[in-house]
Amino acid sequence: MTGQSGVVARLAGVTHRYGATVAVDAVTLDLPVGRMVGFIGPDGVGKSSVLALIAGVRRIQTGAVTVLDGDMADHRHRAAVCPRIAYMPQGLGKNLYPTLSVFENVDFFGRLFGQSRHERAWRIEELLDATGLAPFPDRPAGKLSGGMKQKLGLCCSLIHDPDLLILDEPTTGVDPLSRRQFWELIELIRGRRPGMSVLVATAYMEEAERFDGLVAMDAGRVLAVGSPAELKSNTGTTSLEQAFIALLPAAKRQGHRAPVIPPRQHREGPPAIEAEDLTRRFGDFTAVDRVSFRIEQGEIFGFLGSNGCGKTTTMKMLTGLLPASAGEARLFGRTVDASDLATRQRVGYMSQAFSLYGELTVRQNLWLHAQLFHLLPPTTIPARLNELVERFGLNEVMDQLADDLPLGIRQRLSLAVAVIHDPEMLILDEPTSGVDPVARDGFWELLIDLSRNQGVTIFISTHFMNEAARCDRISLMHAGRVLAQGAPIDLVRERGGATLEETFIAYLEEAAVPASASTSPAPASAPPAPVAHGPQPNHRAFDQRRLWAYAHREAMEIRRDPIRLAFALLGPILLMIVFGYGISFDVEKLPYAALDRDQTPESRTYLENFQGSRYFEERPPPRDAAELEQRLRGGELRVAIAVPPAFGKDLKRGNPPEVGVWLDGAMPFRAETSRGYVEGIHLDYLAELAQRVGGRDAKLIPADLETRFRYNQDFRSAFAMVPGVIMLLLVLIPAMLTAVGVVREKELGSITNLYATPVTRLEFLLGKQLPYIVVAFVNFLGLLALALLLFRVPVKGSFPALAAGALLYVMATTGFGLLVSTFVRTQVAALFATAVIVTIPAVNFSGLLKPVASLAGSARAMGYGFPSVYFQQISVGTFAKALGFADLAGNYLALAAFFVAFLGLSLALLQTQER
Amino acid sequence: MGKSLANIYRLGVKELLSLRADLVMVLLIAYVFTVAIYSVATGASTEVANAAVALVDEDHSPLSRRIQDALLEPYFQPPARLAVGEIDAAMDAGRHTFVIDIPPNFQADLRAGRQPAIQINVDATAMSQAGMGASYLQNIIAQEILAFAQGREGDPQLPVNLVVRAQFNPNLKSSWFLAVTQLINNITLLAIILTGAALIREREHGTIEHLLVMPLRPAEIMLAKIWANGLVIVVAAVLSLYTVVQGWLQVPIAGSIPLFVAGTVIYLFSTTALGIFLATLTRSMPQFGLLAIPVFMVMNLLSGGTTPLDSMPELLQALMQFSPSTHFVSFAQAILYRGAGFAVVWPNFAAVAASGVVFFIIALLRFRRMVTLLQS
Repeated sequence: MTGQSGVVARLAGVTHRYGATVAVDAVTLDLPVGRMVGFIGPDGVGKSSVLALIAGVRRIQTGAVTVLDGDMADHRHRAAVCPRIAYMPQGLGKNLYPTLSVFENVDFFGRLFGQSRHERAWRIEELLDATGLAPFPDRPAGKLSGGMKQKLGLCCSLIHDPDLLILDEPTTGVDPLSRRQFWELIELIRGRRPGMSVLVATAYMEEAERFDGLVAMDAGRVLAVGSPAELKSNTGTTSLEQAFIALLPAAKRQGHRAPVIPPRQHREGPPAIEAEDLTRRFGDFTAVDRVSFRIEQGEIFGFLGSNGCGKTTTMKMLTGLLPASAGEARLFGRTVDASDLATRQRVGYMSQAFSLYGELTVRQNLWLHAQLFHLLPPTTIPARLNELVERFGLNEVMDQLADDLPLGIRQRLSLAVAVIHDPEMLILDEPTSGVDPVARDGFWELLIDLSRNQGVTIFISTHFMNEAARCDRISLMHAGRVLAQGAPIDLVRERGGATLEETFIAYLEEAAVPASASTSPAPASAPPAPVAHGPQPNHRAFDQRRLWAYAHREAMEIRRDPIRLAFALLGPILLMIVFGYGISFDVEKLPYAALDRDQTPESRTYLENFQGSRYFEERPPPRDAAELEQRLRGGELRVAIAVPPAFGKDLKRGNPPEVGVWLDGAMPFRAETSRGYVEGIHLDYLAELAQRVGGRDAKLIPADLETRFRYNQDFRSAFAMVPGVIMLLLVLIPAMLTAVGVVREKELGSITNLYATPVTRLEFLLGKQLPYIVVAFVNFLGLLALALLLFRVPVKGSFPALAAGALLYVMATTGFGLLVSTFVRTQVAALFATAVIVTIPAVNFSGLLKPVASLAGSARAMGYGFPSVYFQQISVGTFAKALGFADLAGNYLALAAFFVAFLGLSLALLQTQER
Repeated sequence: MGKSLANIYRLGVKELLSLRADLVMVLLIAYVFTVAIYSVATGASTEVANAAVALVDEDHSPLSRRIQDALLEPYFQPPARLAVGEIDAAMDAGRHTFVIDIPPNFQADLRAGRQPAIQINVDATAMSQAGMGASYLQNIIAQEILAFAQGREGDPQLPVNLVVRAQFNPNLKSSWFLAVTQLINNITLLAIILTGAALIREREHGTIEHLLVMPLRPAEIMLAKIWANGLVIVVAAVLSLYTVVQGWLQVPIAGSIPLFVAGTVIYLFSTTALGIFLATLTRSMPQFGLLAIPVFMVMNLLSGGTTPLDSMPELLQALMQFSPSTHFVSFAQAILYRGAGFAVVWPNFAAVAASGVVFFIIALLRFRRMVTLLQS
């Protein structure tokens, strides 16, 4: 299956650049089959890039990557081996879907690999049991703690029994107990599938100790390859950590030494941090349960505990980000108050997830924070920044975007920002997660210096036991409660363990036993090996099961977000009501005033026609022409009429007098309409005049003009507007629904699943689109009901013709949203682009406001270049003109063509690999 | 106070840097203030222009030709000739908005005083053109028949003459109006989406939490977003007003541009605050999009910029008084076309400012709660 070569992956002369930065530099490497090989090295040396290249999620630039006996640059080979590789990207739960539950996430991956319901059921059960996630199958992934997310990520990776498992820092940010369970799980699976190869990048040297082989990397190059024992003996060191440091080039090694902690001097004054019975509840879930502690000034206080035990929540309560449900927290003797700016100036905080600006460079981020903390005097800022840059080794990345940095370097940047203003207290939530050992020691030197020499209080959470051992005191937390508290040595002694890690795990296991007894099943109880369940399905270019997997996932995400679903379903209904009544071209009650300079019966007769018209509404007459003009300018009047002096006399003499009318031209449509009314009233007057002079049968015009308003005899706005509004809403809302579809996955990271799993672009896009077509069609039915019941606008033509048109139309419009989503970079741009690109042709050039027959030039091109115009024909045709399929055939073809074209463009624009 | 201003300034600069990093966004902003305004202004005119008219001439007389010749560009396309049997199909397909049917022996019947009838068929589903176009056609045909009956070339002699003049826009060119309306719509759309989405983005990326543990007030964070995004929009709008509206489209501007800009600044305060307010109501970008677009569409289509405010139901008119866009459209028309001064438009300015203050205060009250909500 993996060939006779005994090599699972081979890199030959592989170089990878990001802009000017060389991430991987001419790496040549053979990785053996069936082994667990670790990649170790400082942050940003190319470990992740190498793993991503092997997984096939990143496009190969130079060199050859051979994986599972084929060239990964070959599209067909990549597609063929994709189902045999599992890739878990760096970052906590990056390829998971936060609103989906634990079960649903794993189930989604099972569906992607074409597994039957039965197969998925037992696999998921087994995986959840083994990872200890079994008690929470219904918890949304977004609400899991970091370690649980990683376990879930592993479940998702293992669902299809891969031959090659690639894990990029899987245990970063995971507590020791979970970490131990994690590796036990890997061992269990390897035991069952001895042929499986595992590639792991890790920052934990104690983990690396148990790998079969190691690849030590630095600056994009491979420093050494060998088993842990070989590496140690080659460097003459006793621990891997030391071996690794010895392998580094001299320049990087220089100055490194294990931090030494001088004893703490007791300081006078109130405690820096006090918590008394601090409690936080989310609904009926108690995240933090009556936690109390007291931290002296200058003390380094460690916060340890399993993932999700409430450490982060406690820290957030101390910073004022979260109000406490009960209990009290005091900083510097003062109760925590969200609006207390002075205290915040004295505290530095670093959150668990990276929370600086990814779109800014390192330099810009540092400057921004220096300025926001008002470092004084401002002239000292450059010096201060230099000092930090030096200390945290950020020199080479100063002008890179924070988003482009490897995890470890981003953490260093966050740390630099947290201490930028020389705070008296630091609250650090897992600050060293993902940071390499050398940089971690450097960071601890800084902490020790701050604590011992400057009296800074440090409240830190960590999963590294050697870091915990350096704390003055630590607190062990589990499930929202403090299990033990004291100096690390005392705790170890009390418990009688050998190391702090054992002590810690002992405490956790003791606390965890009653909660979930099935956390670690014995390997013996594992179900039969999956080999019995038949070979992997062959890779197919199109598999409706994968399409269905995406559609199902998307549909669940919609269901999980009732607010969004409500907006999507009720929004159009509401808008239709507002627009159906609001957009009206019926101009009535135009305010006018008349300046009658004649004041004779004749002039009054002339003006009477205006007074009697429902189109006009009289305002008090002006004193003079200047006032008339002024009132027109002020917007009070829309129409001003001036009857000249001697109107009556001239009329009798047969000397035609001239009536002047001024219109407010600021709104041309209204002005044009009022001109029509004025001329109509004038003609009526002339016709009456003709009768008065010539008798009853006298006509002004010797012919009749019969105007027939077709399709809408009463000329009601609603009859014309309702079909148009349906057209408008069925593009706006559906396009908006899908517009964030792809770009959101790009922004939040789950797009990796497109790169790393066998799903094809077509399956991905259609799967995403399908649920929204359903939602949009439901919208159509709702709008139709409103049209019939509320607006009483009947469908005079063929109903199936209308429904078929609506279906094709929403297929095109949701496709358009997806297209926008594939080419923009951010969700903001997606929303804006959709709104802008959609509204202009749909409102202006679709026939809604102006008949398309009158469009010319670029407007005509824009109109016919967008689906709205064709559905407008169908909508108006079936509602008002009593038409059917045959009359509208061309429009269906056009809509279908748009759907295909949008899909084709999306396919072309969507990448299946990272660059 | 000084520190607050400095914070607002720094955070605003950060907003500008973030915006600059999104090239697609920058291009879109450029597009909406140039090409989009031009194409809507020139293409979507609501006046009777380029109307598609067809003539069924069953008479073939000098009079029927005279009527045909009176249908002039740019109001009408050169009339197409149809046979009687083709009328229904042509109108069903929407090829012609108006079809004039001159019956056989029309001229002869007219001369004989038999009061013959001309039929004007109007596609009444073409709302904006149907009514206006029909009254145009009636007038034109009536004039021609009268003049013909009086045996005159040109205009007929009538006992009273009517002279109608349009103030502020003598030729009633709708491109003048549409250019400014489109400018206003773009300002509204950008203000809501840019600010609101910027806030959601900060929340989704966790940066808002980071800001809230620093010595910053929520009001400072909000004001920074307001000034930075507002500035971008004002600059783009003013450039567009000078180059696209005045330069390219040749729209004469009657009033004071600085006064209009002052009003725009107030309007932007209001709409950007509205954007933030909407962002505090939603939890994710997809939700925000679905909330912001309907709000924008209502503000846009019902502000009086697309169809006259006076023709809406009174309840709706009253409700739209609470929308800043209604006042913006009103004072923009007053300043730009009617040359109105501050004395005329100040009530609109005040209404817009008041709505802004309300949005801002509600958004501020919800701000912290929103961050807390996200945790649960």
